[in-house]
Amino acid sequence: MRRERAPFAIVLLAAAGAAFFVLPLLGLVVRTPWGDAPRELLSPAALDALRLSLVASVSATALALLLGVPLAWLYARVDFPGRSLLRALTTLPMVLPPVVGGVALLLAFGRRGLIGAWLLSVGISLPFSTAAVVMAETFVAMPFLVLTVEAGLRSMDRRYEDAARTLGAGRWRVFWRVTVPLIAPSLAAGAVLCWARALGEFGATITFAGNFPGVTQTMPLAVYLLLESDQQASYVLSLVLLAISVAVLAGLRHRWLGTA
Amino acid sequence: MAAAVLCACGSTGAPADSLTGTLNVFAASSLTDAFKGLGSAFERQHPGLSVRFNFAGSPALVAQIEDGAQADVFASADTTNMDRLLTDGLLAYDPSVFAHNKLEIVVASGNPKQITSLADLAKPGVVYISAGPTVPAGKYAAQVLREAGVTVTPKSLETDVKSVVAKIELGEADAGIVYVTDVKAAGSKVTGVTIQDADNVVATYPIAPVKAATQLQAADKFVAYVISSEGQAKLKEYGFLGA
Repeated sequence: MRRERAPFAIVLLAAAGAAFFVLPLLGLVVRTPWGDAPRELLSPAALDALRLSLVASVSATALALLLGVPLAWLYARVDFPGRSLLRALTTLPMVLPPVVGGVALLLAFGRRGLIGAWLLSVGISLPFSTAAVVMAETFVAMPFLVLTVEAGLRSMDRRYEDAARTLGAGRWRVFWRVTVPLIAPSLAAGAVLCWARALGEFGATITFAGNFPGVTQTMPLAVYLLLESDQQASYVLSLVLLAISVAVLAGLRHRWLGTA
Repeated sequence: MAAAVLCACGSTGAPADSLTGTLNVFAASSLTDAFKGLGSAFERQHPGLSVRFNFAGSPALVAQIEDGAQADVFASADTTNMDRLLTDGLLAYDPSVFAHNKLEIVVASGNPKQITSLADLAKPGVVYISAGPTVPAGKYAAQVLREAGVTVTPKSLETDVKSVVAKIELGEADAGIVYVTDVKAAGSKVTGVTIQDADNVVATYPIAPVKAATQLQAADKFVAYVISSEGQAKLKEYGFLGA
């Protein structure tokens, strides 16, 4: 890279921009009661939220893989009418306010929702259940997986698939034995990204799934609610989520962070 | 609209005064409708002043004030949350009680699940929700159930009392315990089931100006207005019991 003398104004604004991100993180690290951290983390309320968050976010990621990979494959490989519209609709949650997603889920799967009313008639009530948490998280996080996997499928070398076909492998076998291994890095990156987004989900969860410890109160909900009653615990849980985010970013650094 | 405002202004006959700017009132969620009414009446008496409300669960408001949110007046739905600010030394002076409230069971309009008593909340197939344990409404609800000897676990602990009513209106839950005033405010969208006095809890609402208020004079006047006979009459219209 060519060395350049930066204009003073740009350096000043860039420094302000950087400080804007670094200061809040610093605040969290400085205000966290490190001595009490282990005790706060091992409190039943925190453990409940941790356990639920892990179960729900891993389930959401599994569901996103199950449904999202086929969707990504269709987007990348099949030219069907309405593809771009459908693609836009299924990636909308990336920019949609999560609380709006929660309201929408309620109107579809709530007890009086489009499908929810029918579900209720066969004895299934989703609101206030862990299943609702998984659905809210999947709704918000799956687009990250779909887009990542679709990009992987588009950029892979399709000659390997052609070769496998020529050698007599069926379509399903080619998909499993050739396509999936080739897009493994995209699959992994998409899954991690999806999981991290699911783990942080708040708005859609509290709207659609409600809030009850151990059932629907995930880490972000606990962080928000503890701020009212037990700030120290709230800071510690925040820090755990921060650490996870840092780990995710570090794990995916080759994908996004160019080596300077 | 303008005509209505002018008209109302004339009718109160209050002399214009020097209060100007914005008065920030932080009030418990259950006060939403009553305080909006009180606020517009107060604004008509002080044409230069506009009252801005921040309604949320009382503990959320306390946390915001502790963190330096710009509040001039705080009105809580219980004494515990008000006392937290008092001990913190964040109030301008001691709070005064300005209203009381009772609890009621809220159910979907027409009471489809036929809930007639607290015991019915524990019936199988009834989805019961309440406000969270740190929110006064949630604390009172738990107290009512405990004293009535009814064991029922809420399906959700909502962040404030208004979202309990909202979930009932939406049909996501069958029943909740909220304030009498919340049921009244929701009108025909929900139905209230009375909790008899022997089992009921009386909620106490204190109000006080915040020490860091930038509008201390206006805050003072607003508190006085809420406690005045005119303010009390208005609160009664919304179903509150007097101080």
